Amino acid sequence: MILDEMANRCGEWLKGCGPESDIVMSSRIRLARNLADYPFIRRCTDIDRANIESTVRERLTNKAELKDLTFIDVADLQTLDRQFLVERQLISREHANSDGARAVAIDQQERLSLMVNEEDHLRIQVMKSGLDLVGAWGQINDLDDRIESQLTYAFHPKLGYLTACPTNVGTGMRVSVLVHLPALVITQQIEKVFRSLQKINLVVRGLYGEGTQAMGDFYQVSNQITLGKSENDLIDQVGDVIPVVIDYERKARDFLINEKQNDLFEQVSRAYGTLQNAQQISSEETMFLLSRVRMGINLGLIGDLEIPEVNQLFIRTQPAHLQKLRDSELDTDERNVERANYLHSQLKLDGGAEASNN
Amino acid sequence: MSAQDCGRLNKNMKCQKCQKQATFHITDLTGDDLLALHLCPECAKSYLETGDSSEDAPVISDVMSKQLKPLEQTADDLRELDAKECPICGISFYEFRQGGRLGCPHDYVFFGEDLEPLLINVHGDNQHVGKQPKRGITDTESQTELIRLRRQMKEVVEQEDYEKASQIRDQIRQIEGEGPAGE
Ligand SMILES: [Zn+2]
Ligand SMILES: [Zn+2]
Repeated sequence: MILDEMANRCGEWLKGCGPESDIVMSSRIRLARNLADYPFIRRCTDIDRANIESTVRERLTNKAELKDLTFIDVADLQTLDRQFLVERQLISREHANSDGARAVAIDQQERLSLMVNEEDHLRIQVMKSGLDLVGAWGQINDLDDRIESQLTYAFHPKLGYLTACPTNVGTGMRVSVLVHLPALVITQQIEKVFRSLQKINLVVRGLYGEGTQAMGDFYQVSNQITLGKSENDLIDQVGDVIPVVIDYERKARDFLINEKQNDLFEQVSRAYGTLQNAQQISSEETMFLLSRVRMGINLGLIGDLEIPEVNQLFIRTQPAHLQKLRDSELDTDERNVERANYLHSQLKLDGGAEASNN
Repeated sequence: MSAQDCGRLNKNMKCQKCQKQATFHITDLTGDDLLALHLCPECAKSYLETGDSSEDAPVISDVMSKQLKPLEQTADDLRELDAKECPICGISFYEFRQGGRLGCPHDYVFFGEDLEPLLINVHGDNQHVGKQPKRGITDTESQTELIRLRRQMKEVVEQEDYEKASQIRDQIRQIEGEGPAGE
């Protein structure tokens, strides 16, 4: 089954390459689109939903150029598998938990994802490792054109692409950059940065791990407005501010290195040690400690571990991934033990990081 | 609903959790679903740290109803607006206000004037300037008609009026056969 293969691979957004990838995890663009001849989701009958799904599936998979997409029937999946796709950012939590006919189409590299029957009929998403919004836009624009040649979108000459929620109308576009800002958190400057971003109509949110707990120092910066600006303007709006955020984070890291070196070294090495030696560990604590370790690697404080390996640990210690890798259902306590075992096996003191290459 | 142009519109907004001045206008995406929050710095910090999104639905309708306050001249006017129903999908403005989601593409035409202040508030604009469909802007009127006919079809089938149902089915097939969606 395709999901089992995926568990052993690393999705695009965790590859840890691309521009500025010490701070920028990934760049993501999504477009909201609706078919012109169906009501929006909340007014769809079960038959409408099923027809939308089958129409999209047929029209797109018949096309040679879209053959690289694999359709997954989300309604048909086990809860664990849906959770797994959420952890990989291929479907939204809402899409996982809703009812009725729905699907997701993904490509082999997990760069593209096309949710069918989410809040809108179509939610098209492209992800790139590192900071590469222009590349992401090129890909999604092209994909959107190819889909549009097969389906008639709801479009209004004045209001643009019509969406179920008026907050998405116009371009239907959300541009997001996922940044890792541990030094701004440690130096308590993160709030100041948020405030300045809010002022220019950008949205910042934490990336969530298990349940409602925040995931170690990762923040997503995205645009808020979708109408009255072109796609390129929206990309610039987010893209122009990210280098400033990166610069703040680097300055905070420099400050820690120069002024608080002992504290910093202590924090990083304790984090690394705990991850190597814990007997049981929660998802939240793992994220927190991995965040410190990730920064430690970027600052040259840890030499035997690479960024892609840490990125992989972030995802593989998530609940659904852990269970898929172990091929069994585990409750929270069991997961905490399993997570510690897994970390131990991947971060062996003597073997260093070599052991984690599988 | 979303938080929109913070700098300009939300100067006097109170924190939704503690009534201090809200300086954070967070449009959260819970599973790509927009949720607007207006918070003071302390509450924003704890929100972002804990990811408290348990109040999604009430917040959406709350913001929606505040949003519409300027429109509301009398209770009668609001009642009249709330009762307005889209002839294509049947959604009422009240239902939209409650759920924050529209019922069909035609709602943007039918409720056009009623949505205008909301769009201006959210986006600071009411004119799309971005991408357009490659094949040009097709006339989607017949597509909209399909939405209405399918709904009507369901109703007459429920009423067991099979003669009418077969008429409607023919109409649907005709449009499907000629429309751009059937290419
Ligand atoms: Zn407050
Ligand atoms: Zn309607």
